[in-house]
Amino acid sequence: MSYVAHDASDYAPPAEVGEMELYHPKTFIGKYIWSQDAKVIAIQYSITAIGIGLVALVLSWLMRLQLGFPNSFSFIDPSNYLQMVTMHGMIMVIFLLTALFLGGFGNYLIPLMVGARDMVFPYVNMLSYWVYLFSVLLLIASFFVPGGPTGAGWTLYPPQAILPGTPGATWGIILMLVALAVFIVGFTMGGLNYIVTVLQARTRGMTLMRMPLTVWGIFIASILAMLAFPALFVSAIMMILDYTLGTSFFMPGIVSMGQQLDYGGGSPVLFQHLFWFFGHPEVYIVALPAFGIVSDLISVNARRHIFGYRMMVWAIVAIGGLSFVVWAHHMYVSGMNPYFGFFFAITTLIIAVPTALKVYNWVLTLWRGNIRLNVPMLFAIGFIFTFIHGGLTGIFLGNVSVSVPLSDTMFVVAHFHMVMAVAPIMVVMGAIYHWYPKMTGRMLNDSLGKFHFWVTFLGSYAIYLPMHYIGFLGVPRRYYAMGNTYFVPESVQSLNAAITIAALIVGVVQLVFLYNLVWSYFKGKPSGSNPWEATTLEWQTADTPPKHGNFGKELPVVYRWAYDYSVPGADKDFIPQNVPPGPTTAGLEPTQS
Amino acid sequence: MAIAIVLVVLILGTVLFHFLSPWWFTPIASNWTSIDDTIGLTFWVTGFVFVAVNLFMAYCVLRYRHRKESRAHYEPEDKKLEWWLIGLTTLGIVAMLAPGLVVWANFIRVPENAAVFEVIGQQWHWSYRFPGKDGVMGTVNSRLISDANPFGMNPADPNGLDDVLISSQEVHLPIGKPVKVLLRSKDVLHNFTVPQFRVKMDMVPGMVPYIWFTPTRTGKFDILCNELCGIAHFAMRGKVVVEEEVAFQAWLSGYPTFAQASAQVAGDAAAGKSLYAVCGACHGAQGEGNAALNAPKLSGQGDWYLKLQLKYYKQGIRGTHDKDVFGKMMAPMVATLVNDAAMDNVVAYIKTLPDNPAPATVQKSTSDGQKRYVTTCGICHGSNGQGIQAMNAPRLAGMSDWYLVTQLKNFKQGVRGAHPDDQYGDQMRLMAATLADDQVTNDLVAYINTLR
Repeated sequence: MSYVAHDASDYAPPAEVGEMELYHPKTFIGKYIWSQDAKVIAIQYSITAIGIGLVALVLSWLMRLQLGFPNSFSFIDPSNYLQMVTMHGMIMVIFLLTALFLGGFGNYLIPLMVGARDMVFPYVNMLSYWVYLFSVLLLIASFFVPGGPTGAGWTLYPPQAILPGTPGATWGIILMLVALAVFIVGFTMGGLNYIVTVLQARTRGMTLMRMPLTVWGIFIASILAMLAFPALFVSAIMMILDYTLGTSFFMPGIVSMGQQLDYGGGSPVLFQHLFWFFGHPEVYIVALPAFGIVSDLISVNARRHIFGYRMMVWAIVAIGGLSFVVWAHHMYVSGMNPYFGFFFAITTLIIAVPTALKVYNWVLTLWRGNIRLNVPMLFAIGFIFTFIHGGLTGIFLGNVSVSVPLSDTMFVVAHFHMVMAVAPIMVVMGAIYHWYPKMTGRMLNDSLGKFHFWVTFLGSYAIYLPMHYIGFLGVPRRYYAMGNTYFVPESVQSLNAAITIAALIVGVVQLVFLYNLVWSYFKGKPSGSNPWEATTLEWQTADTPPKHGNFGKELPVVYRWAYDYSVPGADKDFIPQNVPPGPTTAGLEPTQS
Repeated sequence: MAIAIVLVVLILGTVLFHFLSPWWFTPIASNWTSIDDTIGLTFWVTGFVFVAVNLFMAYCVLRYRHRKESRAHYEPEDKKLEWWLIGLTTLGIVAMLAPGLVVWANFIRVPENAAVFEVIGQQWHWSYRFPGKDGVMGTVNSRLISDANPFGMNPADPNGLDDVLISSQEVHLPIGKPVKVLLRSKDVLHNFTVPQFRVKMDMVPGMVPYIWFTPTRTGKFDILCNELCGIAHFAMRGKVVVEEEVAFQAWLSGYPTFAQASAQVAGDAAAGKSLYAVCGACHGAQGEGNAALNAPKLSGQGDWYLKLQLKYYKQGIRGTHDKDVFGKMMAPMVATLVNDAAMDNVVAYIKTLPDNPAPATVQKSTSDGQKRYVTTCGICHGSNGQGIQAMNAPRLAGMSDWYLVTQLKNFKQGVRGAHPDDQYGDQMRLMAATLADDQVTNDLVAYINTLR
C-alpha cells in the first residue's frame, strides 16, 4: 500500500493571483437580476433549467399516455407525438441537464470549492445566463409558430428534418437550430469561465490534486463542452443554410413526395458524424459532473475518503479524452463504411475500463466506511445502482455486432434513460438535498425527501427495466403505435400501460420535491454552516448562505486534500481543507515518504 | 438498513424478471445465430458484474452503516487492488469484444454465392428490385425517378431491362440461400429491419449500404422501418415471405421486368366505354356517384388507384370482409372485366368523364378538421387533397364525402385493409385508428369538402 501526498505537510504555494476586485451590487436588480455573483447566476440557471425541464416532463407523460393507451387521446396524433419526442429529448439533454450541471452546479460550486471569490469573468458569466435564457425562449417560441416545433427527433437527422414529411419543417426546425446555436454561444461564455477559474483562481494551497472530485468533473466536462459544442454549432449553421439558401451540405439528390428537389451531392451521414462528434462527448458533459458530485456525496456520508482519489481523477481525464473517439458507435447501422465498426467498438469498450474503475472505487469507499444513510446518500446509492445497470447495457450497444439487433429499438431508449436520465437525475437530486442548506441556510424536509427518493428510485427502475425487454423483442423506438404485427404479443400492451402508470407516478412525485424546495425555504430547520460535517471549502464560509465574495475578508488557505475523513487519531471524523496541521489533527496521519 | 434490503430485492428481482420474462428475442429466422450467441455471452458477463458489484454494495451499506462509536478505515488507496480490478475488467471486456469483432467481420464479408436484391425505401413505402435472368442489377439514378419510372431505372442500360420490379410492400425470398440486400432510399433515411433476421441497416439517399443474411425459416415476417422518417414512420410496414425456391420463382414471375413495365400500352377509352355500362348503373353515367346506391364518385380519381382497387376486388383482397356489405357487391361487377386490358380500358374511359365536385353532405360539428388534415392526411394525399401517385395516396378533394367517412370507419374497424395481401391497408388502418371518434372523422371530412 502506498500513501498519497495529501497530508498536512504538503507545501502550500503562494497565491498566483491577488485578491479580486469585486463589483458589489447596490440595488435589488443588481443583486438578483443582472447579477454578476456566480451563486446568483447558478440559481438563475437552475431555476430556468428546472422550469423548462418540467415542460419536458409533461411531454414525456403525453408520450407515455399514447404508448400505454394508444389512440385513446384525440389530442395526440402521429404528428405531435413526434414533436413531443423531439422536444422532450432536446430539452432534457441540452437545456436541462447540461445547463443544470455546468451552469447551475458549476457556477455555484467551482468558486466556493476552489476558494475563489467569484468566477474570473463575472460579467461574461452574467451574459452567459441571459444568452441561455434567450435560447430557452427561442425554443419555447417554437411551440407557438405555424406547424409547431420540429418533430425530427432530438438527433435532427437530415434530410427529413427539413423536408415536409416531418412536423415543424417550416418554422420549428429553424427555431430549434437557432436556439441551439444561441445556447452554444452562451454556453461557451460560461464554459471558458469555469475552465479559467479552475486553472487560475484557486486559493493558496489548492493544488489541482487537492481539488474535490466535483470540481474535477465539472472542469473536465467544461473542456469537453468547449471542444464538442462547435461541431453541433457548425452542423446547425450548415443545416440552416441547406434549408434557407438551398446549399447541399447534407442533402443528396432527393425525390420527395414525388417531386424532384434541387439538392444534390450532399451527405446525410456527414451530419451524423458531426452530430455525434458533439453528441457522444455530450453524454460525458452530463456524466462527468455527476461522477464528481456523487463521489463527494459518497465520501462525506461514508465518513471516509474517496477510495483511490488519483485513479478517480485520471479516470475522469481518460474518459473525457476517450469520449472524443467513440462517437460512431451511435452509427453502426447508419450506412457508414462498416469497417469503422471495428475501430469504434474497440474504443467504446476501452472506455468501459476507467468507467468500471470509478464504480469500483465508489463501492470501495463505502467498504469499511461509517455510512450515514441520509437523503443525499440514498440518492447516491440509487445512482450507483442505476448507473451500473445503464453502464452494463451500454456494453451491449457498444459492441458492434451485439448492437445490431438492438439498434433503434426500445432497448436503446431504456439504456440511455437509465444511464443518462435516471442516474444523473439521482445525482442532481442528491446534490440539491446536499447543497440546499448552503444555498438557503435551511435543511430540506427529511421525510418528504425520503418519500421522494423511494418513489423516484423504485419507480424509475419499474419504468426502464421492463422497457429493455420490449426492445429485445424488436419493438422500434419513436413509433406512435405498433398496430398489428406478427411478432409483438398482446402482453406488450399491458406492459406498456404499466410503464406509463409508473412514469406518471414518478412524475407527480417530483412535484412533492418542488413543494419541499419552497416549503423548506421558509419553514425548514436552520442548517448551520456545515450540517454534513464536510471538509470542502464551501462549508467553511463565514456566512451561510455565503455573501458576495464568498469568504469574507480572508480567503481560506488550503493545507490538505478534500477527503480527510476519519483520520486516525484526529479529534473529529473530519478535518476541513483549510485547517492547518497541528496536534489535534495530525494524529497518526500517514506522512509522505 | 432498508436500502440494503431493497438493493438485494432489486438484484434478485432483476434476475428473476430476466429469466421469467415472456418478452424476449423473436425466434431467429436467419443464419445469424452467432449474433445471438454474442448477446448471450454478454448477458453472462454483464449479469455477473451486475449481481456481484451490487451485492457487495448492499453488503457494505448493511455492514458499515453509521455507528456513533465507530470510525471509517483510513486507507486512501490500494494500488494493488485497483490494478487487479482494472486487469479483471479488461479481461471481461476482451472476452466480450473479441467474439463480437469476429462476428462483425462476417457481417461485412458477403458470401460469394449470395444472390442480390434491392430494397427501396420512400416515405412511407417499400418496393423491391431483383436483377432478373442476367443476375446483374441495371443502373439507376434518382434524377430519373418519376411516376412513370418509380424505380429511377436507366433505360440506356441493357442490364436493367430484365430487372424485376416489385411495386409492392411484400417481398419473397427463397429459404436457405444467402442474399445480399442493397439498400436504397429515394428521400430520407429509412432502415430495413426484420426482427427475426437480426441484421438491419439504414437506407441513405445518395448511398447504397448493404447487409447480407440467409433465411433459415419459412414464414411471413414484418418489415419495419427503424430510422425515424417522418410522420408515418410507424406506419411504414412491409412483409417478407420466406418460402421454397419453386414458390419463390413462381411469385417472382408474377411481376414485370423493366422492359415489360415500360412497354405497357395505355388503356383504350373507346373500348372501355361499353365496359363502363355495368359500372355506370350504380356510379352514374358520368361517374358522378350515387349516395343512395352507396356508389362513390369515380370521375377525377387517379387511374392508377382505380385500377389497383379493381384488382383488389377481383382478387378478393377487398370486398370480402363479412361486414363490408357494399364492398361485396363489387366482386360480381369486376368479374365482367376479364383481363388487365379490360381494366385499363375501363379506367381510361373513366378518365374522360367530366370531373365535377361531388355535393357536400357531411357537416362539421364543433371542432375544425383542418389541423388534423394538415398534420396527418395532407402529407400523403396532398395539401389540397389532390392525391399523390408517388405516395400511393388517392385523391380526396371533390370526391364523395360520405364515402370517405365510411372508408375511414372501415379502415378503423378492419373491415377494409385487413386482408393480408392489401399492400397499403395496414398504413391506412394505423392512420384511421388515430381518429378517436365519429365526430373527429366527420370534422376531418368536412374540412376535405372545403378543398379544391
